[in-house]
Amino acid sequence: MSAPKEAWSSRLGVILAVAGSAVGLGNFLRFPGLAAQYGGGAFMIAYAVSFLIIGLPIGWAEWAMGRYAGQLGYNSCPGAFASITRSRWAKYAGIIGVMVPVMIYMYYVVIESWCLGYAINFWRGDLAPTAAAASGDIFETFTGSGADGSALAISWKTALPWLVGVFVFNFWLIYRGLSKGIEKMCNLGMPLLIVLAIILLVRVLTLGAPDPARPNDTVAAGLGYLWNPTKVNVVPTDPTSDVKPYEVVGTGGIAEAKATVAASGGRLALQEVGVITQLRNPKLWLSAASQIFFSLSVGFGVIIVYSSYMRKDDDVVLSGLTASSANEFCEVGLGGLISVPAAVAFLGVASVAGQGTFGLGFNVLPLVFAKMPAGAFFGGAFFFMLFLAAVTSSISMLQPGIAFLEEAMNIGRKMSVTVLGFLTCIGSGFVMYFSKDLKALDTIDFWVGTFLIFVLATIQIIIFGWVWGIDKGFAELNQGAAIRVPQFFRIIMKWVCPAFLLTVFAMWFLDSILGFDLVRLQWGAVASYVTDLRSNLAAQLSVAFILIVATFFFLITARSHAFLRAEKGLTKHD
Amino acid sequence: MTTAGIFIMLGSVGTVTCLFSWCIYKVLTTPKETGKIHAVDLHTPDMDQPE
Repeated sequence: MSAPKEAWSSRLGVILAVAGSAVGLGNFLRFPGLAAQYGGGAFMIAYAVSFLIIGLPIGWAEWAMGRYAGQLGYNSCPGAFASITRSRWAKYAGIIGVMVPVMIYMYYVVIESWCLGYAINFWRGDLAPTAAAASGDIFETFTGSGADGSALAISWKTALPWLVGVFVFNFWLIYRGLSKGIEKMCNLGMPLLIVLAIILLVRVLTLGAPDPARPNDTVAAGLGYLWNPTKVNVVPTDPTSDVKPYEVVGTGGIAEAKATVAASGGRLALQEVGVITQLRNPKLWLSAASQIFFSLSVGFGVIIVYSSYMRKDDDVVLSGLTASSANEFCEVGLGGLISVPAAVAFLGVASVAGQGTFGLGFNVLPLVFAKMPAGAFFGGAFFFMLFLAAVTSSISMLQPGIAFLEEAMNIGRKMSVTVLGFLTCIGSGFVMYFSKDLKALDTIDFWVGTFLIFVLATIQIIIFGWVWGIDKGFAELNQGAAIRVPQFFRIIMKWVCPAFLLTVFAMWFLDSILGFDLVRLQWGAVASYVTDLRSNLAAQLSVAFILIVATFFFLITARSHAFLRAEKGLTKHD
Repeated sequence: MTTAGIFIMLGSVGTVTCLFSWCIYKVLTTPKETGKIHAVDLHTPDMDQPE
């Protein structure tokens, strides 16, 4: 009897490990923020399409390419690209695979510190907001979103001491090679996080209308806001009017809006926006695709590095699918159903979209916990579990940088960790200082966490399907696989996926950079993250910082002998 | 919440739940594959190399 029991526990351990590595802040914090920003079933349609035709296939491609490069002795993204393509340009394209995880780490660790700070403050009994305004004030003080530099104070309720602690903790684990311990801890904590999320979900779904003064702001309206494919907006009839359009949801909300429109004397009108019209917005597609990439760690430069340490006959197909499905279950089944409906119920539809990519959870979840029995305990436990999930993710983001420096500069691990620690310390300090409206965080999240991820994913699938060749790629993918990849994915990986990515990119360029509105089919304004580069100092400095890091990695790559060997088709140890 | 919204919600949540359940089933029942199925292993070989 002992053998089957052993096998059972070992297999459960595999599932927990896969789920633990897949779940992170993207599921519970970034996804709800984006879903709220682009609210509506249209975003979910774009998200589901992105998962099937780009997330899953590019993830598999990344696992297969990484494992192949690892057999040749290359563990970094530039080394992997150069050894697979045997061309000179590829190592420079691979720099993006180092930049993405390293630069995302710089702001990810800041959010990680918010999670720890919120957890401890919950347990101290210092975090029990009873109104949305109070919750917003706590968040503003904690993160410094009110003014640049305001988070640099030392107190229980500001982020600085937590950031210092979390940053040192991460690098201590990495430097001492102790990440296995936190991984095991996370594997134990992961089922607990899912149980807590289910308890939270039940509480949210039974909230009803938490503010009797606003009976139309209900959980049902929140679910409608997230999932309804057609949006109903109140818009001014005069385009020069100062009145901002706003969305209404639910029978009561729409009835109230109709009364407002009728009383406006023709100044306002109700406008229905169908799902097709919404799907013509390229920013929606770019955001849905980027969330898939961010959340699955695809196009991130992380999977390709970790899979390079696998054996040749290790499975990558079922492993990749299990990680992706665990991640999607937590994201769509739990993360999305908790924060957005609760946000609409507490804050109203109009306030939800302006919360920032990561801010929604921190503004809303404390309000939900405040309305639960033993809310301080559950709130602390939930944010602590999020912190644990984030630690494993943030540590995994450092390995691509470490492997790159080891390989390119031929230095040992501890020296590599030291160099990377210095660089990311500057970056996290930068994000922490330029905290007004979380501008530095949001700017780096867009240009690196959205734009560069998208570019890297496109390069990866083109290398897999066209440079390496779909036959060779598929053969490598199915090597040692526990399940075989269906044949129709050959067409998806060679044709559909690159065509989809290039189309979305072209639409985004037309819309956001050139200012052609693809929804109204007329020339309009360019996107705010582009105009910010002309007027906002924090945004300008953020992009300048990204370019400085890119230049640093470029110079290292150009002088590397290891990558020269890779592009000549030699193994690292030939 | 509209009927179409309910349909999209149930379809999305149901799909991801079924997919995750199927993966768990496959991992638990596919013979002789456990040792080959991997998560991202944070303990990389370079951690064990002498400086």
